[in-house]
Amino acid sequence: MELTGAEILMNCLEEQEVDTIFGYPGGTILNVYDALYSKTGKIKHILTAHEQGAAHAADGYARSTGKVGVCFSTSGPGATNLITGIATAYMDSSAVVFISCNVSEPLIGKDSFQEVDSTGITLPITKSNFLVHDVTQLADTVRAAFAIARSGRQGPVFIDILKNVTAELAEYEFVPREEHWKTSKLAALLSRSGSGMEMKAPEPDYGDIDTLVDMINESEKPMVICGGGVVKARAQAEMTEFIETIDSPVALTIMGAGAVKGRNKLVTGMIGMHGSEASNQAVDNCDLLIAIGCRFSDRVALDPKTFAANAHIVHIDIDRAEINKNVRTDHHVIGDAKKVLRLLNERLEQQKHTEWKQFVFSYPTEVGYDEVPGILTPDQVLEAIAKRLPQDTMVATDVGQHQMWAIQHFHFDYAGQLMTSGGFGAMGFGLGAAIGSKLGNPDKTVIHITGDGSFRMNCNELATEEYYKIPIITFIFNNGTLGMVRQWQHLIYNEHYSQTDLDRGPDFVKLAEAYGLVGARATNVEELEAAIDLALENEAKGIGCVIDCKIDIDEMVRPMVEGGARITNFIVN
Amino acid sequence: MDKKIIQTLAVLVDNEAGVLSQVSRLFSRKGYNIESLAVGATDDPHTSRITIDVVADDEHGVLLANQLRKLYPVHSVKVLNQENSIHRELLLIKVRTETSQDRNDVIQIANIFRAQIVDVGPGMITLAVIGKEDKNHAFEKLLMEFGILEIARTGDVSLERGMATIKDASKDRAEFDLGKNVL
Repeated sequence: MELTGAEILMNCLEEQEVDTIFGYPGGTILNVYDALYSKTGKIKHILTAHEQGAAHAADGYARSTGKVGVCFSTSGPGATNLITGIATAYMDSSAVVFISCNVSEPLIGKDSFQEVDSTGITLPITKSNFLVHDVTQLADTVRAAFAIARSGRQGPVFIDILKNVTAELAEYEFVPREEHWKTSKLAALLSRSGSGMEMKAPEPDYGDIDTLVDMINESEKPMVICGGGVVKARAQAEMTEFIETIDSPVALTIMGAGAVKGRNKLVTGMIGMHGSEASNQAVDNCDLLIAIGCRFSDRVALDPKTFAANAHIVHIDIDRAEINKNVRTDHHVIGDAKKVLRLLNERLEQQKHTEWKQFVFSYPTEVGYDEVPGILTPDQVLEAIAKRLPQDTMVATDVGQHQMWAIQHFHFDYAGQLMTSGGFGAMGFGLGAAIGSKLGNPDKTVIHITGDGSFRMNCNELATEEYYKIPIITFIFNNGTLGMVRQWQHLIYNEHYSQTDLDRGPDFVKLAEAYGLVGARATNVEELEAAIDLALENEAKGIGCVIDCKIDIDEMVRPMVEGGARITNFIVN
Repeated sequence: MDKKIIQTLAVLVDNEAGVLSQVSRLFSRKGYNIESLAVGATDDPHTSRITIDVVADDEHGVLLANQLRKLYPVHSVKVLNQENSIHRELLLIKVRTETSQDRNDVIQIANIFRAQIVDVGPGMITLAVIGKEDKNHAFEKLLMEFGILEIARTGDVSLERGMATIKDASKDRAEFDLGKNVL
């Protein structure tokens, strides 16, 4: 069957069973939107307010559903507006396929209107990217892009298609997803990797597994760090069995939230710069540290030289290039977290480390905040949310103090419950991510936790929320400042509050109303609880709500260890 | 800290547009300066071999190789041990020869270094020499007193001694193929 490039693209998306696309049209991608027009009903397209919102939404959709997110943009500014979104997905290993069109072949390299070297720009922030200038290569490229995005260590893939390619004709034949490995790009990849002619997850090395089992058996003070790889592998059952069998405390990185139930008795809380004392002390004192699906980022390991200095460090990861990148390790196992944990569980016997656990849990796993009359404290807000909303509520956050408070406080129950920009730390991620999460999980309540600084960055997506009746409940931790930066200025920069005060509009309640949503303000727990009830009533009607929570300008995220310092060197407890 | 030396990385890649920039950008992205880089097609016209010299300690040489292996167009990477591999570069050098005495002296030096005379003209002589980088540097240094008009060098190209090749199986390689950082 002979089809245009645009039609081939839409058919390839159907091969991938894509049901939702986030995007924004423009000159060069017109043919694709024309092909989309005829697919209306089969594939839902969400028109956001800005391409960045679309990118974050596709990312949130991917993280919350475990499927591949899809995002469209036009050339030039359309593509560059995606950049923050692509980098966010890359740093947090999120499977998103970004598809952009570029100017036609004869206009390439002429500094044409809305022309930019998109594949050049996205090269360092994608797992792989492709420029399609031959329509006969289009279907094969799209198939490869999806396979690359979702397999191994997941990540974003960017496809740039020249406008003329979307209009040109080529033969297309439907190929079901299971058969894609037979197509040329994927077939070539498989043959050169020598792993046989089937796309299946790799087998870990059994010798490496046995060595690790011996190390665990010899350890008296084991400690586990659980990262985003366990979330991506959706390996909660295996992970829980593992820590319970070896009777080891486990710390969760930000990306690891939900990998083990947050209320499990072995969980020591978050680790690193704002990690709990229990987590950080355990890492410092353990004799065996097993890090699973995490990459020892500078916010976790802080000082690589003193990190777990008394321990043998074992790294389990799907990405071989992470081994010894940030922290020198003594042993590693390469493979998918679920598979590796299964193999370990088969070989391990029940252990007991009562004394060690007593030591670790003699340190606090959480911090409390002093109540201040007339104003809300962060944990009062979070407590009210936890009390009034369903336990399986999905949480999308922005970046800053509110993010740390939320992750420290909530006990996440399942993988994909938290959407946060952990690696890239992109303010403005939350609202788009919440929209994507709600679309992927329409039966769940989705909340968006943000600060007044972060919210202002991309609050234009309230229009998307209203138009498509995607009821998100936004909680603004409004302290009138860029709280996290202010905290550093307070602790490290002699209280020089340079350019961090946000004593300015808008009135967030009126803003919500202007977008056709419900707004409420809360200065104490009673007002907050009433606002949450109001939000839930409106959620049922498909109407989103923004709750402006007034908190103290000087409230800090505690505890805190300075960057680059030994992990137990708390500057604030 | 381990000693910083020249690390030679041999990289097999798809012979396609854009691949070289993808590979070379990785080095600047990770904070390394490329000392020398040479590219050419292999016996399979669809693949090219890139030889890259970079100053790093052993540990970082391996880490760079690991990062390279993650790139989609990269088939295989090997850090070439300086002792177990052969290194050569081609140097073309145009030297000023103002007098016939100069010219005779330059030819004499060229003979010692087994350099070829590839072009002679009034007041100049162009020589080609193949050798290890340090030999070529010594050659260049000796010719300085005559006045060097222009220099072009290919950069280091390298192969392992004996039967060993970049395609050999190893645990390292297996881990990457299994971990399939691309797929």
